[in-house]
Amino acid sequence: MGFLGTVWTIARKDLVVEARSRELAYTTLFFAVSVVLVFSFSFVVDGAPLTDAAAGILWVGIAFSGTLALGRTFERERQADTLKALLLSPVERPAIYLGKLVGVLLLMLGVELFVVPIIGLLFQAPVTRAPWLLAGLLAAGTVGFAAVGTLFAAMLMRAHSRDVLLPVLLYPITVPLVIAGVRGTASIFAVEPNLAVAQAWLSMLVFFDAVFLTLALWVFGPVMNE
Amino acid sequence: MQSRSNLVPVFLSLAAVMFAVSPFLIDAAPYEATMGLVQRIFYYHVPSAMVMFASAFVCGIASVVYLVKRSSTADAVALAAAELVVVFGLIVLVTGPLWGIKAWGVWWQWDARLTSSLVLWLIFVSYLLLRRFAGAGSEMLAAAVGVFGMANVPFVYWSVNVWRTIHPTTNVVKSLPPEMGLPFYWCAGAFACLYVGVLLTRLRLEESRMALEAAYAEVED
Repeated sequence: MGFLGTVWTIARKDLVVEARSRELAYTTLFFAVSVVLVFSFSFVVDGAPLTDAAAGILWVGIAFSGTLALGRTFERERQADTLKALLLSPVERPAIYLGKLVGVLLLMLGVELFVVPIIGLLFQAPVTRAPWLLAGLLAAGTVGFAAVGTLFAAMLMRAHSRDVLLPVLLYPITVPLVIAGVRGTASIFAVEPNLAVAQAWLSMLVFFDAVFLTLALWVFGPVMNE
Repeated sequence: MQSRSNLVPVFLSLAAVMFAVSPFLIDAAPYEATMGLVQRIFYYHVPSAMVMFASAFVCGIASVVYLVKRSSTADAVALAAAELVVVFGLIVLVTGPLWGIKAWGVWWQWDARLTSSLVLWLIFVSYLLLRRFAGAGSEMLAAAVGVFGMANVPFVYWSVNVWRTIHPTTNVVKSLPPEMGLPFYWCAGAFACLYVGVLLTRLRLEESRMALEAAYAEVED
């Protein structure tokens, strides 16, 4: 089996497990929706959302629910001690990392498919104004978040207090992603949209993804070898 | 290791002398027209920020070395540097608002430099939290965080800069009149000496701790 075949096998394993219980999909989605609801109480004044609130709430929802999904994906592997089996199997470490990453990524993108229309509906955000650009921002931002998150969640698996440490490590590192995502999305949603600005943020996100994916692929081997 | 320890008193006494002289140099520097006396925080604020960023890179590079070579010295350097990022970052984050309340009228502005310093500081606080609470084997995980923290500096810097800017830019240092330049570079030198001295001391402490741990492990076997 080639490298990509291995990646897909691992990702499919995660998706099959998920499809049987649908635990992560349901909990993550409803968590994202409740984050949106909680934030709406602070950012809706006199019945109308504040400027740029929709973009901010969207990305906070993605980051929070993504953390939840990351934690649970690896908790599942830990409970059944299956990651040890995965690491013992004669597969390259980067393939395991990418397989887990693809699984998390598909889950997060699936959640976004629901959350974006909800944001559009509840905050009158013009989500269909520049659909490809918005999709690009979401995809690039999610790839970066999941790339860093998968590495950290995997390496924290044997650590104490991992539940707290995952967001503590993840949020400061992903600040550039959140800024780029929120500012890019806000310039699409604005009353006077500025798509050039959104494109600039998108290219920064792609650059971030490239750097951090490379680093994570390199770091995953030594970190998971212990 | 012995020759390294000999350097500690050299750097620390150099730093002590330079810090003792620095108030006179700062006092001799001209008043800044709009901000007056409070502008003098600059001579300690900016050097500590420079040391903080330098220390982040020291930690990142040491983490890379540790990931490749598994040398315990590299790990000790990374830990010492990360702690110093937090210490010097604290100086930056305390002197910054003190200056800000006089210059801008508010303690905190969400401007580029403040925000990126805060983010960098938080990354290294999380590094220390990881080392403190993750339990056995946290050196490897911390090394990964150190590498990511270093790689993140340009991204944080760039994204925060585009997001917001009211802070004086880096051109300020280059455009300093010579009467202000001397105390500034003097203080930068003092902070650099202090940094190296403290880093080496912390490194020695960490290496002694590791040696002690190894000795205990040997006795127990």
